[in-house]
Amino acid sequence: MINCDSWDWDKGKKEVGKFSDWREKFSYIEDISFSPDGEKIAAIVKNEDMEFTVSTQSEGAEPETWETGYDKVWNLRFGPDGRLSAFVSDTGEWKVSTDDNTWENGYDFIWNMRFNKSGVIAVSAQKELSYCAIINDVPWENEFSKLTDMVISPDGQSSTAVIESIPVLEGEIFKFRGGCYSVAVNGDAWDRNFMNVWKPSFSDDSSHVAASVRTSYNDYYIAVDGKTWDTPFSSVWEPCFDPNSQSVIAPVKRGGKWFLAKDGAIFWDRPYFQLWHQIYSPDGKRIAAIVAPEFGRWTLAIDNTPWQITFSDYLTDPIFSHDGRLACIFKDRGRWGVAVDGKAWDSIVDMAWIPVFSNDGDNIAVKVKKDGFYHIALNGKILDTKYEYIENPIFSPDGSTILIRGCQGGSYNRDVISIKGGFSYA
Amino acid sequence: MSESNSATESKNSGIKKIDDQGILKGVEGLTPEKIESVIQQVITNETGARLKVYVDTCVHCGLCSKGCHYYLSLNDPKFSPAGKVKQTLAEIMQKKGKVSPEFIKQAAVIAYTQCNLCKRCAMYCPFGLDVAYVMSVMRRICHKLGVVPLYIQDTAHSHSVTMNQMWVKDDEWVDTLMWQEEEAQEAFENLRIPLDIEGADLFYSVIGPEPKFRAQLIFQAAVIMNAVGENWTMPSMPGWDNSDMCMFTGDYEMMERLKRCHFESALNLRAKRIVMGECGHAFRSVYDVGNRALGWRMPPIEIIHAIDYFNELFEQNRIKIKKKFDTPVTLHDPCNVSRGRGLHDKARNLVNATCSNFIEMVPNREHNYCCSAGGGVINCGPPFKNARVESGKEKARQLLEAKEKGAKVVIAPCHNCHGGLEDIIHHYNVGMELKFFGDIIYEILDLP
Repeated sequence: MINCDSWDWDKGKKEVGKFSDWREKFSYIEDISFSPDGEKIAAIVKNEDMEFTVSTQSEGAEPETWETGYDKVWNLRFGPDGRLSAFVSDTGEWKVSTDDNTWENGYDFIWNMRFNKSGVIAVSAQKELSYCAIINDVPWENEFSKLTDMVISPDGQSSTAVIESIPVLEGEIFKFRGGCYSVAVNGDAWDRNFMNVWKPSFSDDSSHVAASVRTSYNDYYIAVDGKTWDTPFSSVWEPCFDPNSQSVIAPVKRGGKWFLAKDGAIFWDRPYFQLWHQIYSPDGKRIAAIVAPEFGRWTLAIDNTPWQITFSDYLTDPIFSHDGRLACIFKDRGRWGVAVDGKAWDSIVDMAWIPVFSNDGDNIAVKVKKDGFYHIALNGKILDTKYEYIENPIFSPDGSTILIRGCQGGSYNRDVISIKGGFSYA
Repeated sequence: MSESNSATESKNSGIKKIDDQGILKGVEGLTPEKIESVIQQVITNETGARLKVYVDTCVHCGLCSKGCHYYLSLNDPKFSPAGKVKQTLAEIMQKKGKVSPEFIKQAAVIAYTQCNLCKRCAMYCPFGLDVAYVMSVMRRICHKLGVVPLYIQDTAHSHSVTMNQMWVKDDEWVDTLMWQEEEAQEAFENLRIPLDIEGADLFYSVIGPEPKFRAQLIFQAAVIMNAVGENWTMPSMPGWDNSDMCMFTGDYEMMERLKRCHFESALNLRAKRIVMGECGHAFRSVYDVGNRALGWRMPPIEIIHAIDYFNELFEQNRIKIKKKFDTPVTLHDPCNVSRGRGLHDKARNLVNATCSNFIEMVPNREHNYCCSAGGGVINCGPPFKNARVESGKEKARQLLEAKEKGAKVVIAPCHNCHGGLEDIIHHYNVGMELKFFGDIIYEILDLP
């Protein structure tokens, strides 16, 4: 969660930077992005020595370039706390650099940068063909021959990943079937091995980990802290924890149809052609999931009741407001749109991003693309202002204004607008 | 590979001597009861009327035989499509699943290595019976029994761990892209292989062998994308591999996992569409089998094969060439994008836009013969290589005929076809060069 209480929420537009300034200064510029508060822009560039580095710009200032240049820089990202981080490499050694301060430890490769909500950074790393995860420059004590699906815990104190617990060579199919994979939490592997493990995730209090596993080609389970549910299923998707208890829910397949199971037992007894991306409401009392109630039709189900409206192509980004409203993005017959509480907005667009609720749940803003330009859609209507590029909108804490971070005519602007009207609509 | 096999298969036999540890060791633990239980489960829960209609309707007229390159090459009724059904599912259904481990062993060889699932025979069957479907059901049974050729089983295992078919680790993937980007930057300053760009017009996906063995194809694609000013991206995390050997082993649960990963990788980046490299089986997986297994009638995002994309570049005059490729070429129509998707005319548009001397292979378009590698057969590895190449005799004849007419280069817009044709060209001393469309376009591209 971005803490935006201290940001400048006074209405009005500020020019943060101009692409022409950058073009004048740098021969090479990658994609420019905004800081969460919109006060800064940043991009990977080449400096005068033709080394890769990072430059940033704030309102009224020239682009400011990191002092250190590198052979390579990638994955430049602002964390939720506003710090700017990237993977940097010098003479083949990879490190994380945050605001031009480089971590001590170097690796043969690093990737998969993950932030917790307060901006703690975890990455996956490889050195001399051994793999581990690192949080804030501190690597796991144990290393493994393979590592995938690394995630950081909500409190930023732990990381977990799928690891190869018993090294298995290519072609060793019978050894593979015996189970060579597990989950490691902070480098400590569960004491049980599986044929496969996928997508471990932490509980909200960061103290438990659940994952999808299979013990044979025909037996899929959810495993929690290394112990599988009692019942196998013919397939499962990734689990998630109940925020109010240590219960775990996951989509499970039985008899060719999908159900939602809780702690090993079928919980939603209605069969679906597909069911995934289940989420809890913020109070933990309701569950929503993307479902296909019939073949080729997609919608959201809330507490096992699908919306009446269905869509042909795709459904994504289900999200609850704090007060329990439910929104998602859909694609129907090739066009994208927003659906809220079972009703689709009239505005149909070429692309739409995750819906953003105001804190009180009364308003929804969405970044959309239409006819080659980006816009903000607010409560079902597309605002007329066009952008060549925008970030997702952010509501002020009181919900009265929206921060729009966008590029118009080569100017990167931070614009705070009131939601109370006076708009032109596209 | 450590649990390797020796390639000692006897000529034209296929099933006389099996020397594949995946199959031999796989049947060791089988009991008649377990076999019957798995067969009943698959037939009752997963097949429905379709399988029964196919098996019961066949009148053994033999018209399918001449549709099958195995039969044409080996001239043995055992290799006719109807013959393969008779030796596998027909007997299973007749015996209501009461078959022996020895039967499963033979059936696995037939289903995995003596049918390319190319669907050519379905066009010659008066009832339109789809023998590829019947062989897929046989493979599904074998998968659930754990009786799968070692090499393709290993590939399916790779998919399950890494989400790609070549055991390419997450770091190796990005490292390879950076390597190709650096190579390209030596010739084209500031060229990028853009990673994880949100809202790109085009998400480019490839198959596992590209970063592993054919990285120059990624280089070439990057040069072409940059030359036409494409707004494109590739993902830094799993989801980049569109291939799917699990579809061919019968591991449909893993197939679903792979396809979900691929589609969500592109859709999470909000790409407008996916353009996939020159691979045939992957197209079948994303456009027909995998997407539908997940509940979509069609792919959730527009997805086009490289033939379609390159053709579009020429039709829209977005690409400039120095001159046409002037060595005489012929075109191999990959089954999955020609018979499966009807891209054969677009492929010809593309040949004519890029090459000055095109010699048709006969038969062609949807009637073209399979390369003998498709359907996962080449992925079953060295134990079955000799038998596979022998089944490509008819293809060799076709190639030699095109060569006699003057063709020196075979364009094959599919990775498996490349592998299969390479072996056929070598074995039968055909003496032709193989190329992808990407190779040709890169060679003639007019670069600043």
